Formats: sequence, C-alpha cells, structure tokens
Amino acid sequence: MMRRVKTKLTSKWATAAAIIIAVVWSVPTFGLFVTSFRPAAKQIGPRSNGWWNAFVDWDFTFKNYTDVLTPAGSQSANLSQYFVNSIAIVIPVTIFVLVLASMAAYVFAWGKFKGRDALFIFVFALQIIPLQMALIPLLQFFTQTLHLPAGSYAQLWIAHTMFGLPLGIFLLHNFISEIPGEVIEAARVDGAGHSTIFWRIILPLSVPALASLAIFQFLWVWNDLLVALVFSGGTADVAPITQRLAEISGTRGARDYLNPAAAFVSIIIPLLVFFGLQRYFVRGLLSGGLKG
Amino acid sequence: MDFIGGKLLQVVIALAIFAAIIGIIMLVVDRAPKSVKDKVTVAGFLAPAAILMLVGLVYPAVRTSMLAFTDASGNGNGFDNFVWMFTQPEALTTLRNTVIWTVLVPLLSTSFGLAYAVFIDKARGEKVLKSLVFMPMAISFVGAGIIWKLVYDYRGPGLEQTGVINFLRDALGLDPKQFLLDAPENTIFLIVVMVWIQTGFAMVILSAAIKGVPVELIEAARLDGANAWQQFRNVTVPGIRGALVVVLTTITIATLKVFDIVRTMTAGNYDTSVVANEMYTQAFRAGEPGRGAALALILFLMVLPIVVYNARVLRKQREIH
Repeated sequence: MMRRVKTKLTSKWATAAAIIIAVVWSVPTFGLFVTSFRPAAKQIGPRSNGWWNAFVDWDFTFKNYTDVLTPAGSQSANLSQYFVNSIAIVIPVTIFVLVLASMAAYVFAWGKFKGRDALFIFVFALQIIPLQMALIPLLQFFTQTLHLPAGSYAQLWIAHTMFGLPLGIFLLHNFISEIPGEVIEAARVDGAGHSTIFWRIILPLSVPALASLAIFQFLWVWNDLLVALVFSGGTADVAPITQRLAEISGTRGARDYLNPAAAFVSIIIPLLVFFGLQRYFVRGLLSGGLKG
Repeated sequence: MDFIGGKLLQVVIALAIFAAIIGIIMLVVDRAPKSVKDKVTVAGFLAPAAILMLVGLVYPAVRTSMLAFTDASGNGNGFDNFVWMFTQPEALTTLRNTVIWTVLVPLLSTSFGLAYAVFIDKARGEKVLKSLVFMPMAISFVGAGIIWKLVYDYRGPGLEQTGVINFLRDALGLDPKQFLLDAPENTIFLIVVMVWIQTGFAMVILSAAIKGVPVELIEAARLDGANAWQQFRNVTVPGIRGALVVVLTTITIATLKVFDIVRTMTAGNYDTSVVANEMYTQAFRAGEPGRGAALALILFLMVLPIVVYNARVLRKQREIH
C-alpha cells in the first residue's frame, strides 16, 4: 500500500523539480568550495575564469588557506586569532544559556507561584524585541554603569546570554514540562531537595532537548555579526571570525582571492556541527515550532 | 600560537565565576528554612535569568522607545524622527524594501520548502536530498553573502564571466548584468539569498508535518479518484495547516530583522537598505541614535501582531493542559 501511494505522488516531473531545487541549492556553496582552492591568478586579473574551469585546468592550491590563517602584518586576514575568539565566545555563552534557561524552565514547569503562566507568556513574548532595539541602551549600560572593559569577551558573553534566554527557556520548558510528575514526586518523597531533583533528575532526562538547544545557541552565536559589531571593539583580541570576514570581504582589493578561503574557514565548524548533530538540530526545530 | 593561552585563561575564569554563582544559589536553596523553601527555590532558580532579561531586553526596549523621540543631541523632538522616516525619499525606500522582503521571503521559502518536501517524501535518498537544501541554515549570513557575491560576480561584456549566472547569460547571448547595483531589482537578488537560507527550515518542519498526515486519508482520497494535485490540495494542506502557520510566522520575524545579508552584500547602498540595516547605520555610523531608535521601534511594531497571535495560541494550549 505504501508503494502505491508513493508511485501516485511522485511523478517524473516532481522528481525533475526536486533534482533542480537540490542542484540550485548546492551549487553556490560548492562553487565557493572549489574557488577557495584556486590560485590567485585564476580568480582575479586578466587570466581569471569561472570556478567550473578548475576541473579542466586541474590547478589547485592550499596557499589561500595558509595565507588567511597565518599572521603576516596588519594587512593579513590573520584568521586563526579570530577563529580562537569565536570559540572563546561561543563555548561559555552556550553553557551559560543552557544552565540558566533550564533552571528557569524547571521553575516554570514545576514550581508553584502566583502569575506563573502570565510570566511565562511574557518571557515568550520577549522574543519580539529586535536585537536592534536593545543594542544602544545595553552598550551604554555596559560601559557607563558596569564599567566593563571595552575589548574583553565579557560584554559579548553577557549580551549573547541575555538574547539567548527567551528562546532557550521556551524550548526547554516544552520538554521539561513533559517529564512525568511521578518521577519528581518519588524523588521528593525520598527527601530530595529542589537542587538535587534539578541536577540529578531533570537535567539528565532533558539531554535531548539540551543538545538541540546547545546546537542552536552554538550556530546562532558563531554566525552572529550584529552583536559582535556593537560589543567586540573589532580587535584581534576579541572580535569573532564573522566580523573579520565581513571586514575583509567588504573592502575590494588585490587580496579578494582570499575571500573564498576565509569564508570557508568560518563556515567549516558550523557545517561540521550541523552534519554531525543534524538529528538533534531537527528535533529542536520541531519542538520549538510545532509544539509551541 | 602563544595568544591562545591568555584567551583560554579568560574563558576558564569566566566559567569558574559562573560555577561559583550557581553553586551559591544551590546552597542557599538547600539551606533555606522549610517554611519558605519553595519561595526561595522559585526566586533562586528564576533570578539570574530574570535579571539578565530585564537588563538586556526589557529595560533597553523601554529606553529605545523613549530615545525614538529625541534628536541627535538627546533633546526631545516629538515625532520628528517618524516624520523623517515617512517623508525622506531614502527612508521611504528603506520601508518599501522591508515590505517587499517580508512579503516575498516567507512566501517563496515556504512554497519551495513545501514543494520540495512533497516531491522527495518517501523518495530514495530522502535524507541526503534534505541535507543539501537544509545546509544553508548552518551557514552565517556573512558567509552566505560571500557565496552569493561569487554567484552574482560581474565582468564587463566581452570578458570571460566568473559568476555562474552571468556565465549562463553569456551562453544565452545576453549581456552580463550587475545584479547588486541595478536598482530596484537588486533587492530581489538579495532576497534570493534569504530564500536560499530559509527554504531548508520550511522544508524540514513541513516534511515532518506531512509525515504526520495519516496515510489512510490520502489512500481514501486516491480511491475516490482524486489526482495527485487534489490529494495535495484537499488532504495534505489542511493536515499541515498548523505547521504552515508556524513556518510563515517564524520566517516573517526573521526577515523583518534581516541585517547581515544587506550589510555584507551592499551595505544598504544602491537603494537596497532595509529597516534593520538603516537602524544600524543611523545609530552607529551617522550619529543619529534617535532615528535609529525610531526605526527599531517601527520594527517592533511590525513584529508585534505576529507574536501576539502566537502568544494567544500558546495560551490556549496551556489551558487545555
């Protein structure tokens, strides 16, 4: 019966359309990948031609990658520094959001207090506040009230954590509220306090949801440009790789042939995370979308 | 690689401080006297997130709303910023572009995503086919900007084209085109990039929803003599209505806030600016925080109805529980 349904739905035209979409969607990334291995002279200047010619010329090099990664003067892309910055920004933020959001989600799911539901909907609604709206006052608050040093990670860690919490609480709440009440009740009868229940029962049972939120948070922070532009100060000490990438690709010049390699260095980690943990990523999307 | 040490140290210190704060909260919660234990727990577990959200989102939103009614030097100027927004030609272009974005991106992404999800449903190699279209979701807007600049690459007529599309135009005997420079259609070519990213999201959600439509219903329609299109129209679409709404609203919100694509591909030049980009330009480049705030406020008002709708759906669901 499944077979019959299938042959009825997928006609020849549908297959053709699907293949066209798949090709159109992959060619741009593939083109960048091929270009990143082509020598400078093939990318810019009089002898340049399209990346598809690479399969005829068969002229590939790793030089673009060594050039963007190793520091060589102020003009160099120096991406390895920024790459480390991205990691140094994204790992603490992911941990902060996971812990704080799951604590809040636990209380919203299992705590009993007045106005709980109204407060939860308010938190959900906070997602509407566009980042753009928060940037100016938050920057003033960081520098003038808290005196956080400009050019340290602290501003980025705190800002990203703040912006990640509403969605994090929402996603985790959906999952944590589905944990059977008997499990928690049994632990309470055995004399376990809230903190024990939280760390020993809630968190271990929520691993699938935590994993999908971690991936989201990781991709979101790694790929961010706006928050970095406002809070990082733009130096090699703090700024993430996306910011450097936007800088070097924004200025047209003789070093344009390095852009594809630089772009690929910046997207390789998200792609690995994505392909390695796709299952959790999809699950997170579904619980955030369909159940909400 | 000696720079790694210092950076690593900062990360370790931050994590240690964080662990200490959480540890203290847990200690206080556990040691609280029985009579107030539940209250202390609620407060302790909620406080860190609540404080961060108040400082990082609620307070800035209120401040920005007030800032929207001030001029460059911080004096109140009534509705001047909004008058500017709705009268100056360049500001009007920005608003017009944002409307075009928010209409086209959700519509196109959802249509492509739905079509693709239906076409590859239960097909051989479904997983791989899905990954190909889904992959752009993992790529940053900045990275996507560079990828598409390469696709749109332009060389003068007569020269060998390095961009895929101009190469194809060349092969068809057409003149090469400066996709990102020629207004007003350059906005459409930026929108293509966003559609490229969002289609994967729509596809994954809708594909899961399609698999939730009972096979018996489709089979029954088929036995009644419905053709593929009628089955799709009368059985599948009503069955995935909820997912469609979620996909459309999520993409609409993401599109309203779109910033990076415009910033990295044209920086808002050549009549391509959108509200989120213009807000950044006004507030952080042109020294007009009031105008920037006014644009952010407009953005907020445009997103508001969508979230109110979603919050109401959420509320209904919680009442059923």
